[in-house]
Amino acid sequence: MDPVIELDGLEVRFGTRAILKKLKASLDGRAIGLLGPNGAGKSTLLNTLLGFHKPGAGTARVFGRDIRTQAREVRSLIGYMPENDAFIAGMSGVHFVRLMAELAGLPRADALERAHEAFFYVGLGEVRYRTLGTYSLGMKQSAKLAQAIAHGPKLLFLDEPTNGLDPPARARMIQLIQEIRDRGDLHLILSSHLLRDVEECCDQVLILKDGNIAAFCNLEEERRLNRRFLEIETRGEANGCFVEAMEKLGCETAAGAQGRIKLIMPDGLEVRRLYEIAAEQNVQIRRLHHKRDSLEDIFLKAMEATNGRL
Amino acid sequence: MAVYKKTYRPYEGGLTAPLTRFLVIPRYAFEELHRSRFLTFFFLATYIYPLICALIIYVQHNASALSLLGVQGANRLISINVVFFMGFLGWQSMLALFLAAFAGPGQISPDLANNALSLYLARPFSRLEYVLGKISVLVILLSLMTWIPGLLLFSLQGYLEGWDWMTANARLASGIFLGAWVWIIVLSLLALALSAWVKWKPAAGALMFGVFFVAAGFGATVNAVQRTKWGHLLNISNLIGSVWVELFQGANKTTSGTVFFRVPEGQELPLWCCCSALAALCAVCLYMLARKIRGAEVVR
Repeated sequence: MDPVIELDGLEVRFGTRAILKKLKASLDGRAIGLLGPNGAGKSTLLNTLLGFHKPGAGTARVFGRDIRTQAREVRSLIGYMPENDAFIAGMSGVHFVRLMAELAGLPRADALERAHEAFFYVGLGEVRYRTLGTYSLGMKQSAKLAQAIAHGPKLLFLDEPTNGLDPPARARMIQLIQEIRDRGDLHLILSSHLLRDVEECCDQVLILKDGNIAAFCNLEEERRLNRRFLEIETRGEANGCFVEAMEKLGCETAAGAQGRIKLIMPDGLEVRRLYEIAAEQNVQIRRLHHKRDSLEDIFLKAMEATNGRL
Repeated sequence: MAVYKKTYRPYEGGLTAPLTRFLVIPRYAFEELHRSRFLTFFFLATYIYPLICALIIYVQHNASALSLLGVQGANRLISINVVFFMGFLGWQSMLALFLAAFAGPGQISPDLANNALSLYLARPFSRLEYVLGKISVLVILLSLMTWIPGLLLFSLQGYLEGWDWMTANARLASGIFLGAWVWIIVLSLLALALSAWVKWKPAAGALMFGVFFVAAGFGATVNAVQRTKWGHLLNISNLIGSVWVELFQGANKTTSGTVFFRVPEGQELPLWCCCSALAALCAVCLYMLARKIRGAEVVR
């Protein structure tokens, strides 16, 4: 199966300035996050995949279709929610989404039906006949999402979807994105500088810095590893015996000061067993927690790398 | 699926033909234009003159109608000839300029002001199709008020006068058709280019008149100061008038143009100069459109 996106030495220049520098990657996650500080090239990468910018060198493929030679086909697979306000003034919400669906190739009747559905889906059913210019910022974001999904794309580009949203609106937007992701009908690429958004929605993350790929990680893999990585704090005389017993069960351990122990548990071993062994050794487990904030760690490490590459 | 089932589902139906997809734009644009009462009334008012012309043609061929009006000799006063049809095209074309100035600026500027271009162009829809869609709004409107009623009048006259008249005056029909198209293309491209560069609609409309009238005034000043005739190159209506004279009359020139589009006697420019100036104007407009119609603006 073709990867969702394949970057093959992709370079984009604006005049003499290189914005994307020979990017090479193969992304095949269901939900892919594009992370990076402002100006890292996230939006430029999305715009290039959409054919708005011509690559100076290299190319990229979306579901195996070359963006240089099959741009139209590529765009027919994509739904795009841009970062900035984007709408047609004076048009009602449902009219606007219908127009966008028709431009994507849907017949009139289907486009109208899908526009209504999309508006209900994003929670704007009651205001779908109101002029777009009168929508609040949160409503405009939802309307942009509606137009991006109305034609049933295979790949959804979400450029800073939570920009300017208040906490409830943000939570609603994230929930929508998670629902779309979990249905499994389409892949999505979420570009953001907010780690939390990406962490909540994505299973793969590409971190860009100064037009380079600074890091690429599989969050799902990281999460699985993190679930096996424990930090515990113990009290009791037989700490050494407890550590030995855990090692016999296949755990990798590192004992620290004041009864602190780091453990990587093998697959198949449940946390419950830890408590059982502790009880057998007469050791109290006072605190236990899974490793957290892995994305933040990865992001900070990527940002610290001097040349933009890990 | 009913809308109450609030869930996402992929689209599995058929798609429209890609080649005709640009026609979605004029359909929505006409709905929008129709909402403006002023434009609707103005458009309907542009049919007054063609109706008067049709009446003249009818009355001229109807002796009983003339006697009823008590003007038996009137058919000798108004001749249905090249001057009649050029006059019709000149009058309608001037109204077309006003319509293009009212309807043209609203085509692209709102899309640019609200960043909607990225939404259009993120679909399987090219920049060329976008421009074609937008220009077809003006082309359809302006055709409906210039060459289509013009050819209907020609057909009416031919029907009443006979086949011989039609064959002998076939150049009039081609003049109406081609002359109107030259004007429509120039007007439409200019209106779209200004709409793409000036985001404020009233300013874009005013600039449209400015390009015609201020440039013509400047050209006249150049002529007066430099004692030359080349200032007419800045006068678009003169350029169009020269092309029309050629299209309607060829080598047998009997008039020097028509109302609003008349070139002063003795100051005619060579035809190739007029055509080149119009082609250059169209090229500039296309360049302006190419610079602005982009999915994403590049800040270098």
